[in-house]
Amino acid sequence: MQFLYSGLTSGSIYALVALGFNIIYNTTGIINFAQGEFVMLGGMMIYTLFTLAGLPFAVAFPGAVLSALIIGLLFERVFINLVRVKSEINLITVTIAASIILRDIGMLIWGRDSIRVGEFIPNKNIDMPGGVITSQSVLVIITGIAVALLLNLFLKKTRFGRAMRACFDDMTAAGICGINVMMVRVFSFGLAGAVGAIAGVIISPITFVTYDDGVMIGLKGFAAAILGGLGNFWGAVLGGLLLGVFESFSASIIPSGYKDAMAFFVILVILFVRPDGLLGRKKVHRV
Amino acid sequence: MKIDSPYYLGVAIMIMIHSLNASGFNLLLGYTGIISLGQAAFFGLGAYISGVLSSAYGWDAILTLPVAAVSAFFLALLVGWPVLRLHGHYLAMATLGFGMIMYIFMNEMSFITGGPSGLMGIGDFTLFGKAFPFEDEFFIVMSVYFILALTILELIDKSFLHYKMKFIKSSETASASYGINVVSTKLFVFASVAAFTALNGSMYAFYTHFISPVSFGLKYSIELVAMATVGGLGYVTGGVVGAVLLGLIPELFAGLEEFEMIIYGTFLAVVVMFAPGGVVGTVIKLWRRKDA
Repeated sequence: MQFLYSGLTSGSIYALVALGFNIIYNTTGIINFAQGEFVMLGGMMIYTLFTLAGLPFAVAFPGAVLSALIIGLLFERVFINLVRVKSEINLITVTIAASIILRDIGMLIWGRDSIRVGEFIPNKNIDMPGGVITSQSVLVIITGIAVALLLNLFLKKTRFGRAMRACFDDMTAAGICGINVMMVRVFSFGLAGAVGAIAGVIISPITFVTYDDGVMIGLKGFAAAILGGLGNFWGAVLGGLLLGVFESFSASIIPSGYKDAMAFFVILVILFVRPDGLLGRKKVHRV
Repeated sequence: MKIDSPYYLGVAIMIMIHSLNASGFNLLLGYTGIISLGQAAFFGLGAYISGVLSSAYGWDAILTLPVAAVSAFFLALLVGWPVLRLHGHYLAMATLGFGMIMYIFMNEMSFITGGPSGLMGIGDFTLFGKAFPFEDEFFIVMSVYFILALTILELIDKSFLHYKMKFIKSSETASASYGINVVSTKLFVFASVAAFTALNGSMYAFYTHFISPVSFGLKYSIELVAMATVGGLGYVTGGVVGAVLLGLIPELFAGLEEFEMIIYGTFLAVVVMFAPGGVVGTVIKLWRRKDA
């Protein structure tokens, strides 16, 4: 049972990253390879605002998320918008370029060492059937679920959310119907950045933050996204939690050094067996 | 500046190795449209196979080369068979995942690879007993290999395979309906490039005498993407030009190691945004415009 609790904790983070992938994918059809870097940025910002500047958490948290949102908006303006030939390969390459730039800027500002961020809430162990769970983990899981619910409401019920989904279906038609396509695209990058940053903030007291965290967490988030079905919101949550639990259980069987390999193994198996994921619609084209 | 000093020879050797790897990547992405973010894994595989066979088992260096190439070829077939059916983002992520798995294995299988601290004591490059211990001698060996490899690349560029690959790149459906076996062509190109990259890895191991997983991680795969793209995707000389341009940056501007990846990233982004043909493509375009 202990494995289940730690799996759910890391799974919630993967789910949040997967949601970030889905937000951008659903509006633009782009996979943002720099998604993991926003998790890193979130962790670094909360370190700067909360630990270094000593701001109260209630101020530092929105601050960190807001700055990631702004970076996300700029990201679209600078990197995506300026690509002349918007072919899939070019867009992949440009987000890869952006990810190494963001990572290196993180290294230049915050250094190469792991950074310890203080606890946001008092650290307590809560007894659960078959093990203990820390209050930090509870916070992570609750935030993960809350963000997923809010995002779902936002996309399904608000006008802006509907506009985002319309853009994915057909950008030209959405534009003709009076939707400001450019605004929607820019905003989806901002929103994804903010979601990534939330993940980075809430995980930081547990795992610390390092400038190159983004690679691994981004990949695992993507694994979660395709496990659940790319573009599917509940799929992302399910995929994230499943991946987290799976990883946690596998660590009890195989040497822990190989734990990270499991996520990529999942990517390969899923892509091969069922590229649409558990909850996805048929979309991947195979020759 | 003394060209024959070991330092400059070393730089030249490394740039040749990067050039060949970038050219291999160019065959994949620039010619066939396969985006692979796991090329560093094949590079590492070759390096480790040659390193282990020569240092632990005392094999003659030249004999380890075919082993490295054949292993990489079959590993690539094994990986490519499911993965190459995917496209775009999915393919990029799947190959990236493969690269990460290999990287983790290089780190964790320390009983063979020496783990994160690396594999030491790899011997000199030997040709059936004849060793090439000095920088200038190895430089000659490397140059011969380099010219040989470039000649083969040039021949591929002028062969029928070239049209097949470019046809697949522009439309898989169309090329399939013209009777090209898309999957097997892609598999063949992918596996051949993997074998080629592994050979480069072997040469790298014999040159540096020391290898560690850090050289074969995602960072190097991305550097190859940057070199091939900046140089010019789809041109024989693209990989070489890109490797020379980007490989010289850390040499020309000492003390810029911190900024190295930012420079790579910026170059890559700018080329993708404004000059998708890369340096070679842009030069050719300007040249033709001048002629007309």
